[in-house]
Amino acid sequence: MTPARQERFRTAVYSLVLLAGFLILWQVVAGAGGKGSKGAGIPGPVAVAQTAWTMLGDPFYDRGPNDKGFGLQLGYSLMRMMGGYLCASVVAILAGVALGSSPALFKAANPFIQIMKPISPLAWMPLFLYTLKNAGQAAVLVIFVSSLWPTMANTAFGVGTIKKDYQNVSRLLQLSWPRRFFQVILPAAAPAILAGLRISIGSAWVAIVAAEMLIGGTGVGYFVWNEWNNLALNSVIFAIFAIGMVGVLLDFGLGRVARLVAYSD
Amino acid sequence: MREGREITEAALDTAVERSIQRAVFGGRRDFLKLVGAGTAVAALAEVFPMDAAKALAQAKLGPPEKKDLKIGFIPITCATPIIMAEPMGFYKKYGLNAQVVKASSWAMIRDLSINKESDATHMLSPMPLSISMGIGSQEVPYVMPAVENINGQAITLASKHKAVKSAADFKGFKFGVPFDYSMHNFLLRYVVAEAGLDPDKDIQIRAVPPPEMVANLRAGNLDGYLGPDPFNQRAVYENEGFIFMLSKDIWPGHPCCAFAARKDFAEGAPNAFGALVRAIVDATEFAHDKKNRKEISAAIAPRNYLNQPVEVVEAVLTGQFDNGLGQKLNVPDRVDFDPFPYQSMAVWILTQMKRWGYIKGDVGYQKVATQVFLADQCREVMKSLGYKAPEKNAVTHTFLLGKQKTFDPSKPAEYLAGFPIKRTS
Repeated sequence: MTPARQERFRTAVYSLVLLAGFLILWQVVAGAGGKGSKGAGIPGPVAVAQTAWTMLGDPFYDRGPNDKGFGLQLGYSLMRMMGGYLCASVVAILAGVALGSSPALFKAANPFIQIMKPISPLAWMPLFLYTLKNAGQAAVLVIFVSSLWPTMANTAFGVGTIKKDYQNVSRLLQLSWPRRFFQVILPAAAPAILAGLRISIGSAWVAIVAAEMLIGGTGVGYFVWNEWNNLALNSVIFAIFAIGMVGVLLDFGLGRVARLVAYSD
Repeated sequence: MREGREITEAALDTAVERSIQRAVFGGRRDFLKLVGAGTAVAALAEVFPMDAAKALAQAKLGPPEKKDLKIGFIPITCATPIIMAEPMGFYKKYGLNAQVVKASSWAMIRDLSINKESDATHMLSPMPLSISMGIGSQEVPYVMPAVENINGQAITLASKHKAVKSAADFKGFKFGVPFDYSMHNFLLRYVVAEAGLDPDKDIQIRAVPPPEMVANLRAGNLDGYLGPDPFNQRAVYENEGFIFMLSKDIWPGHPCCAFAARKDFAEGAPNAFGALVRAIVDATEFAHDKKNRKEISAAIAPRNYLNQPVEVVEAVLTGQFDNGLGQKLNVPDRVDFDPFPYQSMAVWILTQMKRWGYIKGDVGYQKVATQVFLADQCREVMKSLGYKAPEKNAVTHTFLLGKQKTFDPSKPAEYLAGFPIKRTS
């Protein structure tokens, strides 16, 4: 075996050991938690797998506004998230380019950005609900806010650190603004922007589940909340795994895009 | 034919207006002589949903202005008539295509309704009063044509507190109630204060959405709650708590949840609103009949509605339950359903809102009560559907617990003065 393959083999073995360890620990905890009453205790891996089987067996049923299949709920969440995320990304990239190209502007705006950044996007929810008068739109706006800052900060950083040579050349060639934007600034800052977009989609996905638990109606967050009503923990655990898997897929997708735009000087 | 009908409707309108004038001005003609009938009607319309009242009193409703209606609800047994009216066809019976939509908390129910995302809604009976007065909310006029359930709440304590014998032992406890503007909050405060404790100092009261109560009890985050069912019974079912006291042993027949709508909806779509109130009153009376309770339990337990084990819902609705202390009890009126919104109930709620400092300054008890609790209109609907209805809008209420055993709605200030523990200055 070549050293590289050996390494990969070892990684796979470690990974499997971790998984087995996790499942055994889970089963032990689940077994110890039961007190013999009807609902008490944490469901074990087998019970959750059974729930997953039934949920995934019929993911798109629709029995009125309060009971929809898990696939449909995921779809609602993804749609809501993409709406907020895409708008936020456009705004964040434009703002980031502006901030990155003007150190003075960056310094002026920085204190405000620093204040806005640590606010949990959910804290905005009551305000958005009050002003927008629509629960669905308020949730989308929460996603917008949650996915704004990482992209903006990374774009500003990326644009600010573009090599002076590129800027000078484009000025020398007297390139028009749009051409400079699309042919020099964006490609040069693309790796930094993509890194920001990746962080943003993660926080957007985190926020949408919490927002839906608040507003109810549709989505994975509502699903978790509705199953919590019934203390149906196997459904809740299944949903937790599903949310995690979707998060991984989203990150993986953007990671692929990031590889396309990577370059070395 | 057509002309004839219009004439009777006009006559009916006048009759309704006159009876409202009588109700508000005490039948005296002096006021009308003074300002003229037209002015009086206009003045009344300011404070009173006249069109909605007319629609409710008509024997035959016109076609609904809006057929597809959304009705918000919180998944608790208090909402039984509102929920069951969908699967059991009560909305359809009155020509409506109504959909009940689950909300996650009372704040959400309020905002969905104010934002017109729902047409009418399940509310806690103090909410239409507080929202109409702009307390804990923007000021939006509401009407409450029907109470949903009476009784149906309980104080649940965590299993580790099985030694607690009276409310005086609550000192230092953390309690959950569904919302600030709830009978739950006011009854818990009442019980605690009657035991000599100050609910603002000696215990902690937090607003916790009902579905999250059992989980918080289990986590030790709450010592107990005065909550709606099925979450009292669910705590017993989960071996996490026991039922310390049913709310019917505080004030038998107290109102709990209600059916409410924005005043502008009631006036803007009087026929739809009228049909809706008929469906609700009809469903509430159906739920009142104890022999229907098992059938109802099965209809509202699924994931679409309450999302609860049917045996838990049945234990609540039939009143045959295990209290978590190993006793099997049989209390048929643990929860009951009675649509009539006595205005004296509203006055009691207002006295408690004033008592605990939610309202500052003077309260127009009777005015707010008559504006929001549509007792006259509910009576008309009950009668038109063939049910027996109370003749009086206000009655003296009797309490089982407390030093002041009776509440006379005509003397709210004296009643309030009779409480030693209060936040009024």
